[in-house]
Amino acid sequence: MSPDSLARWQFGITTVYHYLFVPLTISMSVLTAVLQSLWYNTDKDAYLRLTRFFGRLFLINFAMGVVTGIVQEFQFGMGWSEYSRFVGDIFGAPLALEALIAFFLESTFLGIWIFGWDRLSKRVHLLSIWIAAMGTVISSIFIVAANAWMQNPTGAHYDPEQNRATLDSFTEVIANPVFLTQWPHTIATSMMVGSGFMAGIAFYLFVTKARDKAPADDVSAYRTGLRFGSWILIVSGVLTVITGDLLGKEMVVSQPIKMAAAENLLSPEYVGKGGEVGFQIIPGVEVFPGLINVLYGTMIAPDMETILTYQVDTQGYHHWDRTSPNGRWIEGTPLQYGESSVLYLNYGVNDHVPDSYSIAPNVPVAFWSFRLMMGLGFLAGVGGILLLVATDRKKIPQPRKLWTLVCLALPLFPLLGNSFGWIFTEMVRQPWIVNGVMTTAEGHSPFVGTGPALFTLIGFTVLYGVLAVVEVGLLLKYIKMGLPEAEEITIKNDDDELSFAY
Amino acid sequence: MTILAAEAFGLQPLWIILVAVLWIGFFVLEGFDFGVAMLVPFLGKGEKGKDDQARRVVINTIGPHWDGNEVWLLTAGGATFAAFPAWYATLFSGLYLPLFLVLVGLILRGVAFEYRSKREAPQWRYTWDWLMAIGSFIPALVLGVGFAWFLAGIPVGMAPAAFGNEAVFVAGGLDQWNLLLVVLTNVFALVGGLLFVALFLAHGAYFVALKTRGAVHDRAQEYGSTLGLVAAVLMLIFVVWGNLRMGPNGVLGVPWFPGEGATDLFGLLAWVVGILALAGLCFAWWMNSKKRDGWAFIGTTIATAMLVVMIFLHMNTGLGFADKTLIDMTSAASSNHTLTLMTIAAVCLVPVVLAYTAWSYFFVFRRRLNTVSIPALTVNTQN
Repeated sequence: MSPDSLARWQFGITTVYHYLFVPLTISMSVLTAVLQSLWYNTDKDAYLRLTRFFGRLFLINFAMGVVTGIVQEFQFGMGWSEYSRFVGDIFGAPLALEALIAFFLESTFLGIWIFGWDRLSKRVHLLSIWIAAMGTVISSIFIVAANAWMQNPTGAHYDPEQNRATLDSFTEVIANPVFLTQWPHTIATSMMVGSGFMAGIAFYLFVTKARDKAPADDVSAYRTGLRFGSWILIVSGVLTVITGDLLGKEMVVSQPIKMAAAENLLSPEYVGKGGEVGFQIIPGVEVFPGLINVLYGTMIAPDMETILTYQVDTQGYHHWDRTSPNGRWIEGTPLQYGESSVLYLNYGVNDHVPDSYSIAPNVPVAFWSFRLMMGLGFLAGVGGILLLVATDRKKIPQPRKLWTLVCLALPLFPLLGNSFGWIFTEMVRQPWIVNGVMTTAEGHSPFVGTGPALFTLIGFTVLYGVLAVVEVGLLLKYIKMGLPEAEEITIKNDDDELSFAY
Repeated sequence: MTILAAEAFGLQPLWIILVAVLWIGFFVLEGFDFGVAMLVPFLGKGEKGKDDQARRVVINTIGPHWDGNEVWLLTAGGATFAAFPAWYATLFSGLYLPLFLVLVGLILRGVAFEYRSKREAPQWRYTWDWLMAIGSFIPALVLGVGFAWFLAGIPVGMAPAAFGNEAVFVAGGLDQWNLLLVVLTNVFALVGGLLFVALFLAHGAYFVALKTRGAVHDRAQEYGSTLGLVAAVLMLIFVVWGNLRMGPNGVLGVPWFPGEGATDLFGLLAWVVGILALAGLCFAWWMNSKKRDGWAFIGTTIATAMLVVMIFLHMNTGLGFADKTLIDMTSAASSNHTLTLMTIAAVCLVPVVLAYTAWSYFFVFRRRLNTVSIPALTVNTQN
């Protein structure tokens, strides 16, 4: 395998792995804060116990999110030096701001929350988890803005002297329509992960503890937890559909090839510059073009077929000109907006993509990841409705195989749906690392050879694999332990025993 | 904005200073928690069967803080990326394997803090304790080696890169394995690595002494007196060697002595600051022997900060690379537009970060810990 393929695998593996913890901890921090607020307002033990129970499951995941996150920031420079050199003027700022604004907030205030139960007033302590939760949400703003720029590079032009992209307007980077639709979608899907996790676990404990004749307080607390999780799962599921629809329509405009690949609409004539077939149409799968036009066609003048014909005819990179009143497809990339930029002309597909390189994405990956993303999310939402119905009016379902499946599906389906969503977003942007501007192959660090790349790829994979076993083991242990007792929380003197310690 | 952009002339040096400040923040704060974690298996000894409680006392001194401390590294990395993309690209791709080692260390220690008390089995706990010690030792050593190289000037050369253009690469794109060997076996760099380890061990021991009472406290003071001495000796070697061997512009092998190059303000300042670093360590050692925990910790804090300043003075405008004609502060920098925005953000936000970090240290978690303050060995009290 070539060094740049190894680097792709490494980035893919470490990023997908990191992103298992990201949506879970973003949503769990918010949901834990909500639970603690409910306790603060009602003083009911059940809410305190749920806060501490899910709080510690959250922390087990948070630790993994933190340590795998450090790798993310470093590997842009390590593995993708030419990408970093090219985009640093735009892409570096969100990363720096993410650390400065978000990571300091979440790490410091989470430390205060974890160890501060007996050090701070209830009000200030509650505030600390809310600030930490805010930190996790803010971090998502910056990183999604950075990613959206890779999908649709706005607010920048090409500087031929420095041979790199240069920032024109930070406002335009933030006002990137891909960001404005991708971020709400990211948050909505994240909330599905945390709430599905809560609902599934609380439901499992509810059913088993009720069967084992556990104290009524415990059983009712689990019921509270599972209904809380289910409701949020359903609401965030609806929001996911709405934001996903907006994002899909936005992608038709800014990344038509991506959406065409997702719907298996790329015709075999659409090939890379070298004339080789750059992808395969999935045999036996037919998608109705009419349906696509209903979904995406109404908002834009040409239907998908027209777009694709145009793309095929010119074999170039095109995007939707939003400045024109009726819209039109123009050659080049948004980097050229209002600029005398020559980025595309110098480095557009026709010039710098090697002949053997296809500019079409991998259609089967596009097609299936898109459907898995939606299907898994949809099933999770249905699972949430099932739980609400099954536990309506104090009903207690008997343990059954169906329920075991639901308990597994609720935490896992939204999580995997998230993974497939990002696999779709990133892999179907290929061969571009910055859409239409720079190919991924060009972004790779040219002097990280096969040996070192393989070494670190294996190193990270093995380490992450072992840590996955350790962390799942701990999660299961702490899930089985169930709700902790509601201890009286008092502000302690300096000489008293700590109520929380590592 | 135009007024600020017009004044952007001073932004590149300002960002060198800001990056230096972030590294100082990182090494001062994470420095002691590297040290504390390395000391866990050694300081954490109690009377029969009480080892675990003693270890937990040590770990809990940094419990609420280690994660926040580590963010200084992420911010330093992010700021380098944003303000000097070419610095970030050249350095991080060139030091691919050393940085991998740093990352593995940081992963292990972070997980170790959070997970070690999550199971009761002593074997589980002791394994994590060693992993947190090793996971702190590796980054301290490798970063020390790296910063010694910054002082010496990392060799760079042009080599073919994307778009058919040439770009600057460490050692002109030397094979990573050879590069790792070169980086790790340079004697001066090794002294730097050992210095960082010893300095952080002393810094950590004084922090534990400051934050605990009882047997752990006394043992930390004892360790502190040996470690402070070792660190001071290494600091002496590093400061003298670094300032003598390295030329005023950081060119390897050009001798420079006070008097000969006294016109070079940076070289002169580097001597002053280096001596302050050494003085800080000696002061720390002395205060520790007088059982003044707080002053000892302040001493190693000054030593750490001054050491970073000395290294940055030698880097001057060359970003730690040996050839300023290929890459320096100006050629590696982002556009004035980006630097201006980043400056506004930094000026507004860094004070806020410092304020709540201080609140956490000096108000919320101000007390000293003792073995009696650690709850009994049970996992159910875990949050």
